[in-house]
Amino acid sequence: MSAKVVTISSGKGGVGKTTTTANLAVALAQENQKVVCIDGDIGLRNLDVILGLENRIVYDLVDVVEGRCRIRQAMIRDKRLPDLFLIPAAQTRDKSAVSPSDMIRLCEEIRDEMDWIIIDSPAGIERGFRNALAPADMVIVVTNPEVSSVRDADRIIGLVEAEEKGPAQLILNRVNLALTKRGDMLSTEDVLELLAINLIGVIPEDESVIVASNRGQPVTFANNSRAGQAFRNIAKRLLGEEVPFMNLETNHGLINRLAKLMKIRGD
Amino acid sequence: MRQPETIQIKGIREGLLVTLGEGDWPTILISLMEKIIEKENFFKGAKLALDVGNRILHAAELGILRDRLADKSISLWAILSNSPITEMTAQDLGLATRISVPKPERIIKSNDSSLSGDDAIFLRRTIRSGFKVVSNGHITILGDVNPGAEIIAGGSIIIWGKCQGVVQAGTEGNEDAVVCALDLNPTQLRIAGIIAISPKRKGKPQPEVAKIISGQVVAETWNPKSR
Repeated sequence: MSAKVVTISSGKGGVGKTTTTANLAVALAQENQKVVCIDGDIGLRNLDVILGLENRIVYDLVDVVEGRCRIRQAMIRDKRLPDLFLIPAAQTRDKSAVSPSDMIRLCEEIRDEMDWIIIDSPAGIERGFRNALAPADMVIVVTNPEVSSVRDADRIIGLVEAEEKGPAQLILNRVNLALTKRGDMLSTEDVLELLAINLIGVIPEDESVIVASNRGQPVTFANNSRAGQAFRNIAKRLLGEEVPFMNLETNHGLINRLAKLMKIRGD
Repeated sequence: MRQPETIQIKGIREGLLVTLGEGDWPTILISLMEKIIEKENFFKGAKLALDVGNRILHAAELGILRDRLADKSISLWAILSNSPITEMTAQDLGLATRISVPKPERIIKSNDSSLSGDDAIFLRRTIRSGFKVVSNGHITILGDVNPGAEIIAGGSIIIWGKCQGVVQAGTEGNEDAVVCALDLNPTQLRIAGIIAISPKRKGKPQPEVAKIISGQVVAETWNPKSR
């Protein structure tokens, strides 16, 4: 076994890197893959909260790097999915506690036992991002269909190319079809035209994502969520399956659904 | 009497070309041999052509020269001379009397029809936010220039793609500089320090050329007929 190291990044904060990391990790683990996620956001850790593993942290990434524990001791096993692990970030330190070469060493150490190592990069393009990028085999850039977030994604893609880690893959998160249709939001095509990289997933805007994250139960665990389905599709694409992109228009709102029902009846 | 400066050595395609200047033959022969001994490693194994100028040399003289050079593992293969007698002697000894020099007239001719042009740099990629292309010459880009990118040229800028970043042409005050793009929609455009902000575009993008017309930056649709 030799794990693929995937770094999730975005440049801008708040676009859904951590949510994507958590959900992708869950989705891959549901496909019986051995997955470890690493929280790269030292000092502002979140991934443990979203995965609902906060209360089980004993050791963290900085403890491993500084030799206070073995890497195995810092890996928290998720009780819901035994193939899912988390290496949390330290909350009391900052990004300079870890170096890019530390990250490379750490990933090499666990690579043989895992299928996927997913690193949640912090926002920004400084040390934390460099740390997360250094060991990456593949970079997934998360962006929202907004001008500022696309601009930052473009910068990240450029930096990834400059580090010869490219071409990056794109996840378009929080797509609101109603707004796009009104022309008040960038469309998928607009974003792709500018960024010119491969699109690996489109996640619809979905309230249940926030609710699930707050409960520490990533939305991918729920079967009826469209966002969860989108994450499961991305996991399948990462595993090499050809999965068509979801039609975001279906099931959109009660009225649409009713209209559709009527139509079927009418036919 | 030594005149080492009268001996010129030049590397040519066929080996080395040694040109002997003025001076009587025995003297110049001595200084030639001195020169060879001085740089023995350089001459070792060389193929030598010797330009003796107007001198009249006989078979004995050339034979001795050839033997001496052979002692230093140098093979003499050609004698160039303006004297027909020397040429004939050389031919008798089996030496060439001409080296094929490319005719300079030809090169000049082909130069006449090819224009030299200015220096430019070329990039075939997307220039993304946060990246910068700077050159004192012209800049050609095959690809898009995204918002947040900067293109700065001493000369003109040609973008075969979308231009949405900041572009500066003619930074050293060159008012003849132009900016062309298939879709010219820059955040900001400067030519020779004059700043322009592109207006909101309506309709389909068209190739445009921006240049200075009476102190203002003006973007015109590319029109092949008006060229």
